[in-house]
Amino acid sequence: MHRFKFVLYRPIQLLPVLIGVSIVTFILVQLIPGDPARILLGAKATPEAIAEVREKFGLDQPLVLQYVHFMKNLLQGELGRSIIYRAPVLSVVEQRVAPTLFLLIYGVVLSVLLAVPLALAAAWRAGSSVDQAVRVFSTAGIGLPAFWLGIMLMLLFSIELRLFPVSGYGEGALSHLHHLFLPALTISIALAPVLVRNLRATLLAQLESDYVSAERAKGLPERAIYLGHVFRNSLIPTVNLLGVNVSWLIGGTVVIESVYSVPGLGQLMVSSIFGRDYLVVQAVTLMFAIGVILVNFFVDIVTVALDPRVEM
Amino acid sequence: MTLLDVAGLRTEFATPTRAVAAVDGLSFQLRPGEILGLVGESGSGKTVACRSLLRLLPSRRARIAAGTVMFENRDLMRLSEAEMRVVRGRDIAMIFQNPASHLDPVFTVGDLIAEPLIWHFGESRRAARKRAVELLRQVGIPDPAGQIERYPHQFSGGMKQRVMIAAALACEPKILLADEPTTALDVTVQAQILRLLLDLRDRTGLAIVLVTHDIGVVAETCDSVVVLYSGRVMECGGTQDVLTRPRHPYTRGLLDSLPTTAARGAELPSISGYPPPLDRLPQGCRFHPRCRFAIDRCRREPIELETVDDGHASACVRWREVMEVGP
Repeated sequence: MHRFKFVLYRPIQLLPVLIGVSIVTFILVQLIPGDPARILLGAKATPEAIAEVREKFGLDQPLVLQYVHFMKNLLQGELGRSIIYRAPVLSVVEQRVAPTLFLLIYGVVLSVLLAVPLALAAAWRAGSSVDQAVRVFSTAGIGLPAFWLGIMLMLLFSIELRLFPVSGYGEGALSHLHHLFLPALTISIALAPVLVRNLRATLLAQLESDYVSAERAKGLPERAIYLGHVFRNSLIPTVNLLGVNVSWLIGGTVVIESVYSVPGLGQLMVSSIFGRDYLVVQAVTLMFAIGVILVNFFVDIVTVALDPRVEM
Repeated sequence: MTLLDVAGLRTEFATPTRAVAAVDGLSFQLRPGEILGLVGESGSGKTVACRSLLRLLPSRRARIAAGTVMFENRDLMRLSEAEMRVVRGRDIAMIFQNPASHLDPVFTVGDLIAEPLIWHFGESRRAARKRAVELLRQVGIPDPAGQIERYPHQFSGGMKQRVMIAAALACEPKILLADEPTTALDVTVQAQILRLLLDLRDRTGLAIVLVTHDIGVVAETCDSVVVLYSGRVMECGGTQDVLTRPRHPYTRGLLDSLPTTAARGAELPSISGYPPPLDRLPQGCRFHPRCRFAIDRCRREPIELETVDDGHASACVRWREVMEVGP
């Protein structure tokens, strides 16, 4: 089990990354044009009032000191107050984590459930009619923009057929599953084709491997070789591709949550940007960054579990 | 008694324009406990021949166009795919040139060896793994019980080849097809693996078809030899006969190009030219463009195998002269 030791010390290695992320998010807010104090107080504020606010929030101090101050607060879970919600940023963001996490996992599970059988069926007989059909699906899925697809699915399933709610998150796990089905499906129609193409190509390449000949020479049935050996070897690159795509998807929920009015981080991000609620934008950015780091950590664990040759 | 009787085997590959024969008219007999060498240059068809016997070539590109391979009163070339699967690994097993790429990297060696037992004999995973330990011991892997949970990449090249041999022997096959089993290994390891194959033959009566380009390996291990060139048999017979009294210019060329201590300092003789590509085979004898014995007849018509001695045949019209002329 020594190959999994990295699970213990990787978090320590990730500390510098986290510090880097905190610096970037801190600077992002600094880069926003305009004076935060003026924005806070409005256009008609007197210079005296502005100076007072600047002093109160430490905005007159050097950048480095401001960062130290920011980090101190961050470590205590103090992220400032939201202008729009008139509540601590932490509590605003906290409530939004669960829907986004639920939607992401839901979407990824649906994508994998869709992609794996399709890829397996397509690569089993390359060039067959099944393969062609899968190719049409994946090309179409990659080509359709998520916002358009989301609206179309909503029109069909929610408004015409009334099978799924138009928007929202619902109460309780079952209701979440029901409410988030269309958003998750939208994710998977975009994500599954990428996985299908990659997994299909990897399966076909793996089928040409020398070990496949060796397994045939042992007298194993083709299906056992395909599912037991070829599929297991092909999963390794696909899991890594999935990791990259989930990282990308974390930012991508912005669109999907907006279309389906899911009260998650993505939607919060959009409304905070429009409302100039910079501290919330900062906190959500930080959450997204931590999410990406966690996804990559998780992918590393799965890779080590799948591939005995990999040492972290 | 003949264990395996190959007659007139012809394997064709599809090319965009037409089918070309990578193996054409291969015939040999294999007795229990016999080691038969299939020797030739790269592209001579020896590996294709070996795979044809187990029908392991990709069905989309290759097909057995003619010939029979009789094993236990059945023609392997006419079995259904399901029947053939029972023969593979159980009656006739195969090991390959590059053990590193022929062992599935994500399986433990224990599972790789246990697999054929589970599929062919329906053994439980536990029983099969127990047997795997025994097999690892048989092929000379130290501390076998401690090795079965390890993965192929944790073994050296020679040890990987031993693992592959153990997996091939799991079901106690009667015939082992060994496709260049020592080519990818160090010379010292090479000798150990050949020693192991000889041992196994002596202990179990296993018959081996040994594919190799190394005539030295043939001399050390094989009872009989088939020399292939461009998919055709040039010469075949007992190893002793063929290697000491070659009756074909190609065999003779192969032997002459072996370095010897006696000829130290002299230029190493070699056969000039290259084997022809399969889609542009010369008319007549396929070796004639590189042959210094070639006469008009060799350029005109294919030369058939002719018995030159008891159990020794050559596909050369001038076989009588091959030995008499100096190098």
